[in-house]
Amino acid sequence: MVTWKEETVNVAGTDLALIRGGTGKPLLVLHDELGYTGWMKWNEALAQDRELIIPLQPGFGKTPKLDWSWRHRDIANFYQNVIREMDLGKVDVLGFSAGGYIAAEMAASNPEQLSSLTLVGPMGIKPDEGEIFDIFACTIKTCLRQTVFNKEAKEYSEIYGGDMSAEQFELFEDARAESARLGWEPYMFNPSLPELLRSAKNAKLPTLLIRGSEDAVVPQDCIRKYHDALPQADIITIKGTGHRPEIEDSAEFVAAVKHFLA
Amino acid sequence: MQIAHFTERPVRYLAEEPVLANRAFFGVSNKFFDREKSAHDYNFYLDEACFVEEVGFDGIALNEHHGNPFCSGSVVNIEAAILARITSKAKIIIIGNMLPGVKHPLRTAEELATIDTISRGRLVAGWVRGAGSEQFFNNANPAYNREMFNEAHSFIMDCWTKDGPWRYEGKHFHYRHVNPWVKPYQEMPQQWIPGVLSAETVMWCAEKQYPYLGLGTALGPTCDLWDMYADKSAELGYQAGPENFGYLLPIFCADTDEKAQELGKGFIFGGGQNAFSRPEHTLPPGYNSKSAIRMLGQQPGGSWLGVSKEKLMAGADDSWDASAYDALKAKLIAGYDKAQDDMQIVVGSPETCAQKIKDILSVIRPGVFTCFAVQGNVSDKDRLRSVELLGKEVLPEVRKFADENELFGPFDRTPGSVKLAPGTKRAPVVDREALAKLNLT
Repeated sequence: MVTWKEETVNVAGTDLALIRGGTGKPLLVLHDELGYTGWMKWNEALAQDRELIIPLQPGFGKTPKLDWSWRHRDIANFYQNVIREMDLGKVDVLGFSAGGYIAAEMAASNPEQLSSLTLVGPMGIKPDEGEIFDIFACTIKTCLRQTVFNKEAKEYSEIYGGDMSAEQFELFEDARAESARLGWEPYMFNPSLPELLRSAKNAKLPTLLIRGSEDAVVPQDCIRKYHDALPQADIITIKGTGHRPEIEDSAEFVAAVKHFLA
Repeated sequence: MQIAHFTERPVRYLAEEPVLANRAFFGVSNKFFDREKSAHDYNFYLDEACFVEEVGFDGIALNEHHGNPFCSGSVVNIEAAILARITSKAKIIIIGNMLPGVKHPLRTAEELATIDTISRGRLVAGWVRGAGSEQFFNNANPAYNREMFNEAHSFIMDCWTKDGPWRYEGKHFHYRHVNPWVKPYQEMPQQWIPGVLSAETVMWCAEKQYPYLGLGTALGPTCDLWDMYADKSAELGYQAGPENFGYLLPIFCADTDEKAQELGKGFIFGGGQNAFSRPEHTLPPGYNSKSAIRMLGQQPGGSWLGVSKEKLMAGADDSWDASAYDALKAKLIAGYDKAQDDMQIVVGSPETCAQKIKDILSVIRPGVFTCFAVQGNVSDKDRLRSVELLGKEVLPEVRKFADENELFGPFDRTPGSVKLAPGTKRAPVVDREALAKLNLT
């Protein structure tokens, strides 16, 4: 078992709560719009040869909200300063959903700061076909059900099964509130992002796009548009999974990420 | 006391099934919109407001909602502007302008000043954050709701008091050239703030010395909230009184109790106010304060605006079984009886209504009382008869009671004008013994 710990680092002007686990070259992991769900099998697997650094996004309950921030792009800028001030060097970034949106903004802003970019079901670009699912207009349970196709996945019930504690409820609401604050309008995308990614395209930033074949949150067309912006990207589709391939088929997910990062 | 009449201007031609099938008013498709019938209703409600004035009400209260047939008033300032011209005495009470949803406070300042000028000073302004569902309909970011409300309000006050042109660069609003030609006819219109048990709104009202209007809130929690207002007032150096409080209550009056009971069922049409919007639309993320969410999370059995943590957690079930209709109706009717037992709805003959209203006034002692007209498919004739009976038979009784009990309205005594020296114990603002006698908590 890899040991991981939660710690608070005073960095980039705030007390950033983060999870650290594993040893090796840093892998910056940006969780999704509903917050960090805990150390899962995929974390454990990737931490065998990487140090996972998982910031708990400001405003999601553990790290104070950054009152100066307005958009996901601002959070990207914040994380870029975190990388600099923590002397992480050139890092690989792995972002999920809205965390992928933030990672893409980081790549657009300064691709030279990153070794690679892995986006899993990334929001951030408006699809021409379909819409990014509106997580704010449904109950929490509907929202969670929408994210997962393989509802038999063991870790799905481990994370979301049973009664929700008062603390979990509050953390979920914190996450939803902060995601709404940053991404309410336009809904979870930046119209400029495809063009801004030209810098990452020119820098030939190694990029991996991962999508669950049955993703009901981020349409296939988002991946197509990311690929248009970043033609150097590899695309991996994990069959039989939805928006959370990392818990729905963690073996396939881990293999794809490890292969890419190798 | 000031006594007003209020209606949601319900869509009366709609069958109940689409509302029940949608499990809420918000989101019922506008494919059911009927041009001719709507033209009749919009005109009728204006005529009804004139009749309200004629039979002796002091004010006509209006609101707006969006995207649903519960309330057909979607642009309240247009209706208020018409009333400014076609009525002559009644206050035009807007409860209220939804500042975060409108997102254009300069325009709102101009519209309201125009209404006040045309009516020669009869505007009572009111501000609301907008129900949760309004945030979706207007695409207003709920996480900025409170901030935008505060900023827009402050900006409108400046529009009404500062000489222009001036420049405004705020957080959410930006105007390079502020110089609204029209200013209110009154030096400063009164501002009454409607609410449904938000402690933050109550504290804000106390700070501003604005009357707070409880929208049909249960009597026990209403007492708690008004005590909170009065405590804050005392801290700020004034004694809150009836002039600081208003109450709005669903009331329907007919010639007999039997007829009133039958027509009063319109209050539960489609599920009534509890079916205004589904849980997922009632509390959008960031709309409520952190403390309100914490309270909700820690009270699994409790609820907030009728939305419990349990309901928020429930998955949406879009199925609708028409065969369940009768069972649902039975449940709604049981709810109708309970709402009357709890004095959340008053329905009856003039004698019945007058007595119940007096019982309620004796507990919460408001200076503003607003009769909320029946919902559902009630005919023009029956609606007007209710207005007439209320105006001619119930209002004189209520006024007499208010005078005897010194229930001063905000136009009788300026809110905040009764000063309280530091350290002085404030006087009670509610009568909890009277509440106990009603066997309500």
